[in-house]
Amino acid sequence: MSDLKITGLHKHYGAFHAVKGIDLEVPSGEFTVLVGPSGCGKSTLLRTIAGLEEASSGTIEIGGEDVTWARPRDRNIAMVFQNYALYPYLNVKDNVAFGLRSRKVPEAEVEKRVSRAAEMLGIGHLLTRFPRELSGGQRQRVAIGRAIVRDAILYLFDEPLSNLDAQLRDDMRVEIKRLHQELGRTMVYVTHDQIEAMTLADRIVLLRDGLIEQQGSPLDLFERPKTRFVAGFLGSPKMNFIPATTTETGVALNDGTRLDMPGRNGLKAGQAVVLGLRPQYIAMAGQSLAKGHARVPVTIELVQPTGSRVQATMPLGGASIIAELAAHDVSRPGERTEIDIDMTRAVIIDPQSEQVI
Amino acid sequence: MSAALPFHRRPGNRLAFRYALAVIITIIFVFPVYWLFIISFKTPDEIFAFPPVWYPKSLQLANYKVLFKDGDAATVGNSLILASVSTFFAMILGTIAAYSLVRFKTGGENLAVWIISQRMMPPVAIVFPLFLVYVWLGWVDTYVGLIVLYTAFSLPYVIWMMRGYIEDIPLELEESALVDGCTRGQVLWKVVLPMARSGLFATAVFTFVFAWNDFLFALVLTRTEVTTYTVQVTHYFGGQSNFWAKIAAMSVLGTIPVFFTVAVMQRYLVRGISMGAVKG
Repeated sequence: MSDLKITGLHKHYGAFHAVKGIDLEVPSGEFTVLVGPSGCGKSTLLRTIAGLEEASSGTIEIGGEDVTWARPRDRNIAMVFQNYALYPYLNVKDNVAFGLRSRKVPEAEVEKRVSRAAEMLGIGHLLTRFPRELSGGQRQRVAIGRAIVRDAILYLFDEPLSNLDAQLRDDMRVEIKRLHQELGRTMVYVTHDQIEAMTLADRIVLLRDGLIEQQGSPLDLFERPKTRFVAGFLGSPKMNFIPATTTETGVALNDGTRLDMPGRNGLKAGQAVVLGLRPQYIAMAGQSLAKGHARVPVTIELVQPTGSRVQATMPLGGASIIAELAAHDVSRPGERTEIDIDMTRAVIIDPQSEQVI
Repeated sequence: MSAALPFHRRPGNRLAFRYALAVIITIIFVFPVYWLFIISFKTPDEIFAFPPVWYPKSLQLANYKVLFKDGDAATVGNSLILASVSTFFAMILGTIAAYSLVRFKTGGENLAVWIISQRMMPPVAIVFPLFLVYVWLGWVDTYVGLIVLYTAFSLPYVIWMMRGYIEDIPLELEESALVDGCTRGQVLWKVVLPMARSGLFATAVFTFVFAWNDFLFALVLTRTEVTTYTVQVTHYFGGQSNFWAKIAAMSVLGTIPVFFTVAVMQRYLVRGISMGAVKG
């Protein structure tokens, strides 16, 4: 059974077409992340699910019930906002209890649920404090507490971590993932951060210009992107794109380097394409055991150590590519060496349609 | 070293100058209030004595007793009723209207400006036509008449002020409440009012003081039943003589409620309560 079903959803703001016909189904208990660049419509989509924006056309069903025209309060949802949205005149406990009291939950039950949520989030000792006395991370915990204390069908998160600094963001990400595992509730989470999307999601829905570009499990999108946009959006450092031409057995780069692609026999030779290589699927010559490598000589241009790995920039086939190598593989720019490219992981893209072939 | 500094620059002297200046300015401002207050406790002989009696030998309550015995003091009660009730209604209606203007853009861009422009209208321009309307309605010299008028006249101010305060409330707070199960009315009551509390009190104080100090409307639209204290004071200016003792005592009675209103509300006027609502 699906807890959320969206059919043919459009949203216009005057002349601006923010959501351009979205169909989406979110199964019970799944953690779905809506991700995409600024202005792709992900926040609008979430706010329309919440009923804070009115759909221009299409339908939204929550828990099997059509709520397209229902008020937010009648949708049985809980939501965590980017700026926490805590009431400054209420203490933590009253903030967390706000939704329960609004829905006339008996006070004994309120007590019970608030203390359980507070315990889960480690904010039990803060219950009598006011929001202004809390740190950013604590405020975000309270905001999450206010959502999970509710017995909702659907839990919505609107970029909840974007106001936190990097360290805190990592901690809270773990926290949210753990909460989802413990509660097993259906969650829809909006972010522009592809790392958040990859780490949290059971399923990623990647949006672009008001449409779903691709959806699937994080690894599915990472390993089998359908378009150049998906290939470039997920992964850090980003996928390398190199102009190339197809051959019978693979591709040829503009400098004449021929790279064979094992298992890709049906290619039509002589077609202009873009070759996509993930930095993670490039290694120093002879260091990877996987089959299907193409070995090419390169000259290192730039070295960026990250501690555990090193990101090396080098020219290849007229483009500049980044390879993520083992920490001690390269040490200085100007080094001449050979790399192995895992061509079984490479994608080729039609430059006109931007679709992966 | 201090000898090198000019006399007025020496640290001790400088402070003394400041205090002296402060004392002089305070005396200039406080003296009329003191004089009014002290006249209200004087006997007729002391009032007209020359040289003036700067402070009376004993505080006479006779002037106040007369006001209460003759029922004149009841006009302060009238003013209190009119000002409180009209403030109450103006705040309720004005806050709801302001919320509607802010959140639903009611009336588009220009309605809010039109509303505040109504406040610019000189009262004297409308008071006589209004008198004729009130005669026809039978509202002359009634509580209802003045309460409706004060409410209507204060509304533009309340709407304008509350609109500003409500605009400052982060939208997410209201949206969060809507998702959490509130109706729009509950959002107004549980989120907007607490968030705008200091603004609400400040606006109420000014609205109250406007109605409290009104003279023109009360003069034209009342006779004997709901006379306000401002109108009552003018009754003591006579053709032959002015009853300074009564004028002073009545004025003191009229000042006390405003004084206390402002004193009580002051802590709300200055308290910022919106800290910590959003990131910051």
